[in-house]
Amino acid sequence: MLKLIRAVISRDLRLAMRRQADIVAAMFFFIIVVSLFPLGVGPEPDQLRKLAPGVLWVAALLATMLSLPRLFADDHRDGSLEQLALAPQPLGLIVIGKIVAHWLVAGLPLVVLAPVLGIQFDLAGDALAVLTLSLLIGTPALSGIGAIGAALTLGVRGGGVLLSLLVLPLYIPVLIFGAGAVDATVTGLGAQAHLSLLGALALGGVFFAPWPTAAALRIALE
Amino acid sequence: MLEASNLECVRGERRLFAGVSFRLEGGEMLALQGRNGSGKTSLLRMLCGLTPPVSGEIRWRGKPIGKLGEEFRSELFYLGHHNAIKEDLTPLENVVASTTLAQEALDENAALDALERVGLRGREDLACRYLSQGQKRRTALARLVHERRALWVLDEPYVALDAAAVELVAGLVGAHLQRGGLAVLTTHQAVAVAAGGVRELWLGTDDAAHNRP
Repeated sequence: MLKLIRAVISRDLRLAMRRQADIVAAMFFFIIVVSLFPLGVGPEPDQLRKLAPGVLWVAALLATMLSLPRLFADDHRDGSLEQLALAPQPLGLIVIGKIVAHWLVAGLPLVVLAPVLGIQFDLAGDALAVLTLSLLIGTPALSGIGAIGAALTLGVRGGGVLLSLLVLPLYIPVLIFGAGAVDATVTGLGAQAHLSLLGALALGGVFFAPWPTAAALRIALE
Repeated sequence: MLEASNLECVRGERRLFAGVSFRLEGGEMLALQGRNGSGKTSLLRMLCGLTPPVSGEIRWRGKPIGKLGEEFRSELFYLGHHNAIKEDLTPLENVVASTTLAQEALDENAALDALERVGLRGREDLACRYLSQGQKRRTALARLVHERRALWVLDEPYVALDAAAVELVAGLVGAHLQRGGLAVLTTHQAVAVAAGGVRELWLGTDDAAHNRP
């Protein structure tokens, strides 16, 4: 079982490495969106510190959305998805592998970039640490929840917009607890409660989302 | 072993076929024939369990395939009219990756041997997007060389292939039948398969499906 998940991950990572432009585009989108805010709202440190968690998290949601439509679309187009669905093991396991690979390619770079971008907002060291930690815990949930939406809109014309309308509302809890964790640190309340809830969402995203995703994929293949 | 009874297929608002029944034993091949749009691909996808039939039932070793699930899929090899190969990977990587995901992992040597049989030796390290249509099809068909699962379902296996490759694939299917395997395939070309009993099923004729012995 683990061998299979590993095989899916290594295949998807290899494919992503052959098409680095997609990864780089999402990362630059994240950098630019976040950097526009200090330019737009002016350089007052107090205001920026207040804005920072929300801005970074919203930008992370949008950057994740960019890569979601292609999560299953390529496999669907070239027939690989049929092969995966006909493989003699639960499709959900394969989906877990694809979610993990998506997180490694689309989520992890955001986590690495966030502390650097946070400096633009004059965030203190502990707030930066919590911001990075909250993204590290929260982004797997984004990949997992996003996979359900990507599977539901597979093969639908204009699926990209539909996908955003479907998935972004579902991201709201992740956004609230993720940005809330940083806010709580800044105001001195401690981030542990927020981070625990975020962890619960991430576990749900990675281990429960694959099954509805697999069901949606089977419907898309009919 | 493979038994279909009274299958009906509806696509959109149109009924493509109804009342299709056949029975296939080990060592036998079913050649599906019919004009374009008569539902050949739809029937193949039903046999794989990708699309449930509107009515009727498909049984494998006496049990409905829906109930068997993974047990049935572990005996099934399906090649659709998409090649299911990744354009960014090389033929070698494609064969290794696709067999690994199907839990029939080939090591590199076996994969190279398969590619040599289908005439792609020397191209194994070239990304598939640089290959011709026929070479892509050959890459997909390379999996047949070491494939030992009992039921092969092939959708237009000969499309885009040259005469030598068609003969090769027909030979692989023949060897599979000799081992006691089953094959269901669609084709517009009359290709002789060396061994086994070949049955023909016509879709889209007047009486919907009339089985020629």
